Amino acid sequence: MKNRIKVLRAENNMTQADLANSLQVSRQTINAIERGKFDPSLPLAFRMSRLFKLPIEEIFQDI
Amino acid sequence: MSNTNSEWVSNTRRQTKQLAYWTLAWVISVAIASFGPKLLWNFNNTASLISIMLCLLLGAGMIRQNMRYINNLDELQRQINLESLSIALGVGIVGGLCYSLLDISNVIASDAEISYLVILMGVTYLVALVAGQMRYK
Repeated sequence: MKNRIKVLRAENNMTQADLANSLQVSRQTINAIERGKFDPSLPLAFRMSRLFKLPIEEIFQDI
Repeated sequence: MSNTNSEWVSNTRRQTKQLAYWTLAWVISVAIASFGPKLLWNFNNTASLISIMLCLLLGAGMIRQNMRYINNLDELQRQINLESLSIALGVGIVGGLCYSLLDISNVIASDAEISYLVILMGVTYLVALVAGQMRYK
C-alpha cells in the first residue's frame, strides 16, 4: 500500500519523531510505514487522518 | 498530544523495567530452587516445595508482566514480538521433540535436558527479535 505520509509530514514541517509523538507510536513505526514496509492498523490510519485533516483515501492508496 | 505521548513513552519504559525486575526475580528463584536442596537445606522436602512454589508464583508474575509489556508496545513492535515468539515456540516444539526422540532412540548417549530447550528457545527469540528490528529499520 502506497501512502503520502512523507509528503504530508514535510508540508506540516514535522519530523518523523514529531509525527510519532503525535500518534503515540515509535519513530521506527513511522519510518516503516513511510517506506511501505508496514501497513498501519485502521485505528492508526484514522488517527493520521484526523491529524492531517484528510480522508484516509487521500493518505493511503491501494496499489 | 505531546503530554499523552510522553506518558506513553514513560509507561513503556516503566513496563520494560518492571519486566526486567520480574525476570530477574524469577531467574534468582529458579537458581535457589535448583541449587538450594544441595547447598542450602540438605534436600529438606518442605524447603524445596516452598522454593518451587515461590518460583511458580514469580514465574506467573513474570508472564503477566510480559503480557502487559507486549500490550503496551505499538503495533509494529507488537508484530515483531509476535513473529519472534511464534518462531521461538515453533523451534522449541520441533527442536524439543526431535531432541527427545534422539534420546528415546538412544542416538545420543546423554539424557535430554530441558535446559538446552530453554536456551534454544531464548536464543531463537533473541535472534528473531533482532532480525525483525532490522527488517523494519
